[in-house]
Amino acid sequence: MSTTNQNSLLRFTTAGSVDDGKSTLIGRLLFDSKSIFEDQLEAVESSSRKKGLENMDLSLLTDGLRAEREQGITIDVAYRYFATPRRKFIIADTPGHVQYTRNMVTGASTADLALILIDARHGLVEQTHRHSFIASLLGIKHLVVCVNKMDLVDFNEDAYHTITSAYRNFSVRLNIPDIKFIPMSALLGDNVVENSANMPWYEGGTLLSHLEEIHVGSDRNLQDCRFPIQYVIRPQTDEDRDFRGYAGRVASGVFKVGDKVVALPSGMQSRIKEIFIGSDPVDRAFPPQSVTMTLESDIDLSRGDMLVRENNQPRSLQEIDAQLCWMGEERLKPAVRYIVRHGTTEVKSTIREVLYKVDINTLHRNEDDKQIGMNDIARVRLRIASPLLTDDYRRNRTTGSFILIDPGTNLTVAAGFIN
Amino acid sequence: MTQDYQLNHLDELEAESMFVLREVAAQFERPAILFSGGKDSIVVTHLAAKAFAPARIPMPLVHIDTGHNFPETLEFRDALADQLGVQLVVGSVQATIDAGRVREETGAQASRNRLQTTTLLDTIEEGKYDACIGGARRDEEKARAKERFFSHRDDFGQWDPKQQRPELWNLFNGNHMPGEHFRVFPLNNWTELDIWNYITREQIALPSLYFAHDRNCVVRNGVILAHSEHLPHREDETPETMRVRFRTLGDLTITGAIESDADTLEKITAEVAATRITERGGRVDDKRSETSMEDRKKEGYF
Ligand SMILES: Nc1nc2c(ncn2[C@@H]2O[C@H](COP(=O)(O)OP(=O)(O)OP(=O)(O)O)[C@@H](O)[C@H]2O)c(=O)[nH]1
Ligand SMILES: [Mg+2]
Repeated sequence: MSTTNQNSLLRFTTAGSVDDGKSTLIGRLLFDSKSIFEDQLEAVESSSRKKGLENMDLSLLTDGLRAEREQGITIDVAYRYFATPRRKFIIADTPGHVQYTRNMVTGASTADLALILIDARHGLVEQTHRHSFIASLLGIKHLVVCVNKMDLVDFNEDAYHTITSAYRNFSVRLNIPDIKFIPMSALLGDNVVENSANMPWYEGGTLLSHLEEIHVGSDRNLQDCRFPIQYVIRPQTDEDRDFRGYAGRVASGVFKVGDKVVALPSGMQSRIKEIFIGSDPVDRAFPPQSVTMTLESDIDLSRGDMLVRENNQPRSLQEIDAQLCWMGEERLKPAVRYIVRHGTTEVKSTIREVLYKVDINTLHRNEDDKQIGMNDIARVRLRIASPLLTDDYRRNRTTGSFILIDPGTNLTVAAGFIN
Repeated sequence: MTQDYQLNHLDELEAESMFVLREVAAQFERPAILFSGGKDSIVVTHLAAKAFAPARIPMPLVHIDTGHNFPETLEFRDALADQLGVQLVVGSVQATIDAGRVREETGAQASRNRLQTTTLLDTIEEGKYDACIGGARRDEEKARAKERFFSHRDDFGQWDPKQQRPELWNLFNGNHMPGEHFRVFPLNNWTELDIWNYITREQIALPSLYFAHDRNCVVRNGVILAHSEHLPHREDETPETMRVRFRTLGDLTITGAIESDADTLEKITAEVAATRITERGGRVDDKRSETSMEDRKKEGYF
């Protein structure tokens, strides 16, 4: 218990191109750390036998859908939970296939760290670039570049260094402070949980020891007080006739009983009277707690409003400058009134202008081709029907992010990052 | 614990689940909690009570009764609904059979597990529920490992795992056409051990079936099943008294018990932490084929 300190939970995601070995690596990690239950193991063994395989296909531990097992690829993100004596982990194993990039974005959006897999025979390919850029856009601060399938290049040191230097060159344009490289074979287990006897030239530790030790500075912002009202609780029973509680999840900052607060957008002022978690009163609330607050004075507040401090307020914007990661199968259409879901508000918008599209291989701005389709990343200007209470995504993931919903299909077509 | 503004793991899970539950109440017109009487749906109900306190839970508990439930489950269900002052809606598989909507399976493997889906979808349609909250967890099963928090169902109640909506951060898109609905899984990120630790911490009451007790059982294909009038009888089986408890509660014809002496929450938690078999390892319904959970989920199962 003593070594599992405040950093006890690590959420990480896999990334990289199709067939680079992501699911096999997760299977190997679970298998070698003895995190697989007996009945799961038996099921994977019998499925592998049915497929006529000699050895166990470890990717079957996460590729759970019928179509995935038939095609041998991952289609949608699978979540796995495991713990070592030193740490708890939530893994999102995501698909590499370009058609399912939206599912990779889904898995990566809640991760603190990404494993980028690269096939040692092929080196960096377009999906390596795309996934790395998406990780950077999402604000993931830690990468582990896993140069995989080293068994297929005779565990050759030069092959490894060629790839690491290519990745270093590419990654200088990413906004990711911590990048670590490990040569491995997910299939055979080299440098996953056990050190590799085949690569004596590699002096770093194994993947698991790195994951157990890495310090992930919390993303939480404790400075800027932001409490988006999610739901108003009005019991209307005899005992609680006058109770009016504002329920929500603290996005950032610390709120204390007695604090002066401002309600936005109205600008009305009040003080926090009580804070509850369930029925238990507490004296303060901080992210990511879900609490209920009551105020000293009766001001009118509803879902979509926000409680903040007077001297530190979000920007109220009706024109938004943002990066979009487009996930819809239909192209972006300037005439469509996309619904913006931002925090607890939902409001109509139009995309006024596409400023540029990012060339995923060079990370250069393409200002000539402004057609935005599936998997494109673009910088745009949006006009919102009524102002949103925003911060920069880099400073605040909750008030800085949004999704776009196509009003005709109700599908989520883009992820947005406010600049 | 809160000195340095750090939440422990259970507090973090609790906060996430409460957020999801409130999001359902805010985004949908007629949400409901699918209440099976098992520990996971009891935890969901407990979290809902916390999320909306001091008000009552603003949605009914919907129970699909196969007619093969343990009597303890039904008593517990009624008492809980009463205590929380929430409406209880019961959909009856027997009524679906009597109406000729489904045909009862026969033979020694017979079970009403799959038939429940029709009753469930009928109940959802009748109640016009647009969001049904379930207690499923991603760690339970490989198809469940693929679930979103907000999982879209078409107007036939079907799940299309190849076309799931992206789900970014904590921005849940519950927008839908009339007739479609969502299944919502606030416990997605909890493991079985988290559930037991939380039940212990919060002192949540559970049906007595979860605690070790003496019971008449038969052992079938290595699975210990409770002997009862609903279990199709086989000539070669003789029931014997065993000391058992249940890890999950479903229909009594398919829910396997385990031999155990754990009769307190602390002992159960210790037992769960040490086990090498998943809790659904004892479920006959999952053993029918490699993708039986996915197949049932596509049709609209829980
Ligand atoms: N020789 C060798 N083969 C490997 C290694 N890792 C994975 N493979 C094989 O590569 C193939 C693809 O592996 P997966 O784990 O399914 O790849 P993936 O990255 O998860 O693929 P997607 O999820 O579809 O993007 C399988 O046949 C694996 O057995 C390795 O280290 N060495
Ligand atoms: Mg895969």
